Amino acid sequence: MKTGIYPGCSLTGSARDYNESVFAIAEAFGLEFTQIPDWNCCGATAAHNLNKELSLALPARILAIAEKNGLDEIIVPCAACYSRLVVTQHELIKNPELKNRICEVIEMDYHGTSVILNVIEWIDKYIVPKLEEKIVKPFNYKVACYYGCLLVRPNKILNYDRVEDPQTLDVVMSKLGATPIDYPYKTECCGAGLSISRTDIVSKLSGKIIEDAEHRGADAIVVACPMCHSNLDMRRPDINKYWDTEFKIPVIFVTQAIGLAVGLSPQKVGLKRHFVEVKIS
Amino acid sequence: MSHSEHHTERNSLAYSIEKNVEVYTQKCYQCGKCSAGCPVAEDMDFPPSIIMRLLQTEDPANDDKILRSHSIWLCVTCEMCLSRCPMEIDIPSMMDYLRQRSRSEKKVNKKAKNIIAFHKAFLNSIKYTGRLFELGLILDYKRQSLNLMQDIVLAPKMISRGKLHFIPFIIKGKNQMARIFKKTSN
Repeated sequence: MKTGIYPGCSLTGSARDYNESVFAIAEAFGLEFTQIPDWNCCGATAAHNLNKELSLALPARILAIAEKNGLDEIIVPCAACYSRLVVTQHELIKNPELKNRICEVIEMDYHGTSVILNVIEWIDKYIVPKLEEKIVKPFNYKVACYYGCLLVRPNKILNYDRVEDPQTLDVVMSKLGATPIDYPYKTECCGAGLSISRTDIVSKLSGKIIEDAEHRGADAIVVACPMCHSNLDMRRPDINKYWDTEFKIPVIFVTQAIGLAVGLSPQKVGLKRHFVEVKIS
Repeated sequence: MSHSEHHTERNSLAYSIEKNVEVYTQKCYQCGKCSAGCPVAEDMDFPPSIIMRLLQTEDPANDDKILRSHSIWLCVTCEMCLSRCPMEIDIPSMMDYLRQRSRSEKKVNKKAKNIIAFHKAFLNSIKYTGRLFELGLILDYKRQSLNLMQDIVLAPKMISRGKLHFIPFIIKGKNQMARIFKKTSN
């Protein structure tokens, strides 16, 4: 089994902390993966909003390179990239005519053989079985597990977890020693790609997600998407200004929580790069 | 009424939606779950269920209203509407189609100017390098939207946290990327 990773653009820049924690826990658990050679951006929201064909071609190039390099499975830590890759694979397999056209555009063959894993599927498969023996510092905190949109939707295509009140992230956090709270905002939208063009809407939506987690006494919000993270963490000053609040609850990646539980330093898992101070360690 | 029993007018927007994205607007029976779950409905001029109803009328004036609406650009493709729709109507795919039609017919709502400026700046950034260059995206967005002061306090904080690069990474397949953009330009 040859495993590849598609980091996506955020993880090389504004979500460097997420990237560091993914690589740090992979090392701690002795897991290996190859970065997809010469990968490109998946096109994100911009491509599918403006140009349907481009929005399929960009992920198709990534998938075709992975296939050419014999990667049986691809880990995609960014929930937005994950959704784009899975949706593209689904559309191209479903429609051979479209697939031929896209192959012509990317100048590569594509068959759709690689399995695409989101970060929690990767954790479930490779980390959870060894978790018990590795934990040195149980993560004894109350957590609000925030899945956001694209980890679970479009559910008929992703076919991952239940669409209302998903559980996979809660289960992983429980295994780390955390207590997940009942959290109705689990799959509400943070405002996603409107972060720069409509910061007001992002502040409103993200503020509701944070308010409910604080109100229910969570010590942290746990996420698995760099876009959710930047909206809830980096946009916190905008959120507090919009709502006239002083929300201080930290937002951490599930991979950072795992890192801390197996004894890695806050620095090693990128916690020092957050905007909202993370006092748990 | 099932879509096989109803024939939409050939010149209607509903018909184009059927042909292009296989979404059958007349399946909607106005339960309103999409609008209830839509995170941006309160900011929209027409929430998703009303867009469905307007499409069902197959009235050219209503089609025009939709293509000129702010709603189609505010939709963040969170996919909540589709996941809750009892008829499984793929509103997000329909929205992608409506956005592209709105642009090609030059009917883009003025209030959506910044949203589109951001999307364009994003695609410009990856067109020549293959990967998103976040600093370049922000600067290009500022140039297009003329919101020069926006997020000015954010940049130094991102830099001190090592989250903003000054030099773009250029992939080896950049010429191939350029050809992908060229072949898909519509």
